[in-house]
Amino acid sequence: MYDFAYHKPTTVADAVKILSADPEARPISGGQTLLPALKHRLNKPTAVVDLSGIAELKGIRREGDRLVIGALAKHGEVANSPEVKAAIPALAQMASTIGDTQVRNRGTIGGSVSNNDPAADYPAAVLGLDATVVTDKRRIAADDFFQGMFTTALEPGELLVAIEFPIPEKAGYAKMRNPASRYVMAGVFVARTKSGTRVVVNGAGPGVFRQAEMETALAANWSADAVAGVKQSPDGLNGDIHGSAEYRAHLVTVMAKRAVANAG
Amino acid sequence: MTVVTPFEGIGASVKRKEDLRFLSGRGRYTDDINRPGQAYAHILRSPHAHAAIRGIDLAAARAMPGVVAVFTGADMVGLGGLPCGWQIHNKDGSPMAEPPHPVLAQGKVRFVGDAVAVVIASTRAAARDAAEAIEVEYEVLPAVATMEAALAPGAPAVHDGVAGNLCYDWHIGDPAVNAAAFQGAHKVVEFELVNNRLVPNAMEPRAAIGDFDPTTGDYTLYTTSQNPHVIRLLMGAFVLQLPEHKLRVVAPDVGGGFGSKIFHYAEEAIVTWAAGKIARPVKWTADRSESFITDAHGRDHVTKARLALDAEGRFLALHVQTLANMGAYLSTFSTSVPTYLYATLLAGVYTTPTVYAEVKAVFTNTVPVDAYRGAGRPEATFLLERLVDVAAREMGMDRIEIRRRNFIPNDAFPYQTPVALQYDSGDYVATLEEALKVADWAGFEQRRQAAKAAGKLRGIGISTYLEACGIAPSAVVGALGARAGLYEVGTIRVHPTGSVTVLTGTHSHGQGHETTLAQLVTDRLGVPLAQVDIVHGDTAKIPFGMGTYGSRSLAVGGSAMVKAMDKIVAKARRIAAHLMEASVEDVEFDRGTFRVAGTDKTKSWGEICLTAYVPHNYPIEEIEPGLDETAFYDPKNFTYPGGCHICEIEIDPDTCQVAVVNFTAVDDVGRVINPMIVEGQVQGGVAQGIGQALLETAVYDENGQLLSASFMDYQMPRANDLPPVSVATHTTLCTHNPLGVKGCGEVGAIGSPPAVINAVVDALRDYDVRHIEMPATPAKIWGIIHAGQRLAAE
Amino acid sequence: MPQVTLTVNGASHTVEVEGRTLLVELLREKLRLTGTHVGCDTSQCGACVVHVNGDSVKSCTLLALQADGAEITTIEGLAKPDGTLHPMQEAFREYHALQCGFCTPGMVMSAIDLVQKHPQGLSEKEIREGLEGNLCRCTGYHNIVKAIAAAQDVMHGRRAELAPAAE
Repeated sequence: MYDFAYHKPTTVADAVKILSADPEARPISGGQTLLPALKHRLNKPTAVVDLSGIAELKGIRREGDRLVIGALAKHGEVANSPEVKAAIPALAQMASTIGDTQVRNRGTIGGSVSNNDPAADYPAAVLGLDATVVTDKRRIAADDFFQGMFTTALEPGELLVAIEFPIPEKAGYAKMRNPASRYVMAGVFVARTKSGTRVVVNGAGPGVFRQAEMETALAANWSADAVAGVKQSPDGLNGDIHGSAEYRAHLVTVMAKRAVANAG
Repeated sequence: MTVVTPFEGIGASVKRKEDLRFLSGRGRYTDDINRPGQAYAHILRSPHAHAAIRGIDLAAARAMPGVVAVFTGADMVGLGGLPCGWQIHNKDGSPMAEPPHPVLAQGKVRFVGDAVAVVIASTRAAARDAAEAIEVEYEVLPAVATMEAALAPGAPAVHDGVAGNLCYDWHIGDPAVNAAAFQGAHKVVEFELVNNRLVPNAMEPRAAIGDFDPTTGDYTLYTTSQNPHVIRLLMGAFVLQLPEHKLRVVAPDVGGGFGSKIFHYAEEAIVTWAAGKIARPVKWTADRSESFITDAHGRDHVTKARLALDAEGRFLALHVQTLANMGAYLSTFSTSVPTYLYATLLAGVYTTPTVYAEVKAVFTNTVPVDAYRGAGRPEATFLLERLVDVAAREMGMDRIEIRRRNFIPNDAFPYQTPVALQYDSGDYVATLEEALKVADWAGFEQRRQAAKAAGKLRGIGISTYLEACGIAPSAVVGALGARAGLYEVGTIRVHPTGSVTVLTGTHSHGQGHETTLAQLVTDRLGVPLAQVDIVHGDTAKIPFGMGTYGSRSLAVGGSAMVKAMDKIVAKARRIAAHLMEASVEDVEFDRGTFRVAGTDKTKSWGEICLTAYVPHNYPIEEIEPGLDETAFYDPKNFTYPGGCHICEIEIDPDTCQVAVVNFTAVDDVGRVINPMIVEGQVQGGVAQGIGQALLETAVYDENGQLLSASFMDYQMPRANDLPPVSVATHTTLCTHNPLGVKGCGEVGAIGSPPAVINAVVDALRDYDVRHIEMPATPAKIWGIIHAGQRLAAE
Repeated sequence: MPQVTLTVNGASHTVEVEGRTLLVELLREKLRLTGTHVGCDTSQCGACVVHVNGDSVKSCTLLALQADGAEITTIEGLAKPDGTLHPMQEAFREYHALQCGFCTPGMVMSAIDLVQKHPQGLSEKEIREGLEGNLCRCTGYHNIVKAIAAAQDVMHGRRAELAPAAE
């Protein structure tokens, strides 16, 4: 790791001030993605801004027909939260399978969503549930937020504060892990909400994306059989030493079936 | 008075003596050691698989904060290169190609990870910071990343002067006899397969600390080694030209080795030499990314084989042609692995009358390849046990029956194979029968049907195997090209009050020697286990030793201890005879008590030990005081553990993931000293075998970049990837060592991979699969199932 | 240089660190608590697991400064002052759940957290899944799983003493 200055502000405003003043400063919450990258000297921040002391970023609460999860909520907290389990069990279940116990004890939803790793779990739920990303400046719809591999609508210095999840009628998630890294190799999140039916694929492509054919099929007939017949095209999917794009495309259909089954 | 506790002797599952310190965080691994004034080394490594170094600018690095010194290959001119410990000869009798292996690159780099320069600084981070400031001008050269590329006509040369990138073209067996045996065979089964390249990944990354005392000229190297005396010999005599008495090598607690810590590595020489240069201790610790590209890799064979059978399925002849990847340089024992540790095993447990093997060793621009758990023997076993399954299928025979029909029968021992080895003992039917029973082979079809009803593809696979270990008779290996003796050394140091310190030349890095070897002493001398300490891993304490590999510690090192204990008992009996005024011939010794035969006259162990050191009433003219004996033991033969492994798997046809649902190992490891430790060794070996079969592989791209270069891409077995492993032993004794032991460290990794792949192929019986290469990943299996479905649809 | 104050195994320490200093570096190099190991640089092997405020955490993936004010327990802090082992340490010894010992401290710390968070008890499968974040190259995990299963009975008070390993 290159050396850097360390800041620990206690308000969002202070954090944003530091981050805006220094474009080479990086925010850190759980650090489960950032620190491994820094250890490999893949980037060289001048400063890291530790968000963990900011009370405004914390908390999980039900607000009417929405579930609001603060950016600093750890995966383990989401997995075990009675509010999340009651409102969106699929989200709690997803959180319980991110990384390993130690990662879940540190990693946060805000960090994961801001980073938008194509092989991460949470972006699939955010997009699948048509959630709203709340930053220090504005509210961003999930459809606008994720912009491809490691890219989001966040501007430099802009901080993710919370995510508002509409509570769905049904939701389910299934994934196949990359056998080595245990990140997502192919995952599918399905949800039926007031605004419609969504099917989101993660892990298999260069970023999370909605699977339109499956959404149509599932909107007409909410059953595993409905998606079983929909083939995902391998075009544009990832291929690597762990599996070809064709294999990942196959897994998308398998995971879609399982996600619907998990949703009940 | 010592109390004999039979439960601590041979055959007892006593708890390990070493555990308390490991469980309390008080282990002392190399990186845990800090020397006063210590500086830290960071090694700048080549990012290219093949390049000429046109220039190195060190000025900026030298000016960085905390930097003590920066060295390159130019500073080490005149010192030796890393030696290869085994010279192989070509078919025509000429010696193998043995290009130099410089410690720091001399003008060229030959694999990604090759050491180019070393920065020594006051902190680890400062050293790494400064290494980034070194400017190296590389002229990138075309690389050969695979054996196929290396052997292609006109391929770039890894080493100038090594024609065709061929290290050697070796053979064993009689080609004429072999060719004749194929004539008129009922059936010839032809088969090709790959033994996948593995990264050993002991959990402790390698580390080394060099220390130098300018007032005495003494050097000390602390290193993560399986054999400190071998490192002292190789580094002292061949690389740094330091005499043994000025060089101490300490291998403290070592966090796993699996072969990868046998070899003499460049970093050991670098820190030792640099400590002398700067007169400060120098520490280097690999991070895991560095381990992936510098620890010697394992396996990496491509093989073609032909097996001739008669109409009854009896093996008539086997012809094997293997390409073995050496990587960019010859690591210490690399050359012996695909020859004397591999091809000599190709008779297996079968009576095949003629075996002819041809092995070409090939240089490529990849990390050097050397011994990894089993070393050559897993490769031979995988070939044989896959080939036997394929032959059974193509002959329309049962997989068990074809094995039974070809087993070496129990009354054939000692059995001379056509490939040099003479097996001393074994009972292949017994281990087979027991494994079939434990695994409920007979009930499998029912389980397959149940799995099918649940939508799963279930398969079962078997392997019946043996290995040669307990390495090795010095005269034999010397005649075959080894540049070392392979005896072992044991000192039994009995203290005045009767407790015992054992000095052994073997090294424990997880095997539990501090317990198992102590049990030998308890069993023989009657000294309680708590009063026996095993000391290993320090050339300043141990007379000599060849270290631990090839499942040799008990068979060779334990036998040396037995010899030393023979001397102790002989001397102690003479002292007892004097005290009891009896003749030596009449003094009996049994676990702590000396008795004049047929009388109730006794002396305790403690009395004799005290007398030896307080020789007031003592035959001082005839016997020296003291009770401290050393023995060197050179084995008469290899030992031949073997057995039967059965694996049962289920494939999820949707994801194509393989789940190992049952694994049974019934092994003959000779006499068992500590059953708990033997089971642990087999379980661990099986885990590595399942890892090779289903999960692990080192993948290079065509430019020689390692793609599976971290745990993010190299799949290490996790708890949830593995089944519970059922382990049993069935003992036949080794006939030529005093303990009757054979060795248990490698059997798990040798017997298991073919059992797993045989099970996977069995599960895919409806898809017309002849073979599936390791690792049998979900993506590969999907390819097979998907192709089958597509075919069926057409 | 910035300072960090934390409590390690009951003792308070104030230590100067760099911004980039990892918790594991502080433990090993500043406090000389070398029982916590480093086995990888991708946050996967778990040899460095310690407890931070009661949760198992990979100390190679936490800045020392992030642990300011925290209560840390390492493998050195598990046994009682009189040397009595924690039931998990005892179980690892009884069930031969360690060989080279390198992964052991992290494995034990993860196992304790796993058992503590599951007072209802863990099945064999759940134990295997719960060890996702720890690699062992020696044992094949077989005996680690057995040791954890046995230790949980003692830790949850369902047995007064550890069930002995079968001979």
